[in-house]
Amino acid sequence: MVNYQERLNRTFAALVDPTRRAILARLEREDEASVSELAEPFAIKLPAVMKHLDVLDEAGLITRSKQGRVVTVRLSPRPMKEAMDWLHRYERFWTERLDRLAAFVEREERKARKKEKPR
Amino acid sequence: MTSLTLTRRLKARPSIVFDALTTPAGVAAWWGPDAGPVLLAEIDLRVGGRFRVRFRMLDGSEHESSGEYLEIVRPELLAMSWRWAGNEDPGESHLEFRLRPIAGGTELTLTHSRLHDEDTRRSHEQGWSGALDKLVRHFEGGRAGA
Repeated sequence: MVNYQERLNRTFAALVDPTRRAILARLEREDEASVSELAEPFAIKLPAVMKHLDVLDEAGLITRSKQGRVVTVRLSPRPMKEAMDWLHRYERFWTERLDRLAAFVEREERKARKKEKPR
Repeated sequence: MTSLTLTRRLKARPSIVFDALTTPAGVAAWWGPDAGPVLLAEIDLRVGGRFRVRFRMLDGSEHESSGEYLEIVRPELLAMSWRWAGNEDPGESHLEFRLRPIAGGTELTLTHSRLHDEDTRRSHEQGWSGALDKLVRHFEGGRAGA
């Protein structure tokens, strides 16, 4: 089984290439596309596009299904979701804690004021 | 340099906020990410002293972080190194709390910098273009996991 860290490594390695990101963005817009449709906007040869699709497939970012001679490519969201969670983890971590810190210190402040007043 | 900055306005004076960051009772009261308990809060508050905090989340997982105090100016500044136990995030990062008195309380600025995998993360972040921003919205929206 591929562990979480390895999956992240693969996802980020796949995302570092602009052609692959453009492919993913297009699949997000269009739900699905054939390999030849995907190859059209790029000034590269079909075999190069196929290589990019292999990388995306290995990272689990797309699925490919074959019907006759047409290979249909679709987006597969889970690895991307994990990557987003990873990038945001510190922000989430601290946001949640600061909410609790605020509640705690405001309680302490009220206590401190009560003590000060009667004197 | 990869870093994260969050700012909050708190309705409490800086000395109270500072103590909440630097006493075991204070830390134990707010550190937990959800309703799970803080299991351990060790604090040796002096430059070169160390802290260690362990907490359990409601899903049962336990997490521990530790570090060394680098700068302490009560009640304005607290800086420490930061590291997760285990391999959650190997490598050491830098955490800083700045407290500034404002009317009715304190403005707290948290900066977490030198995050692990800085180079990788920076290059990825730079590469993450508008197309990817769209994907982000997509995955944060309702269709995630579909």
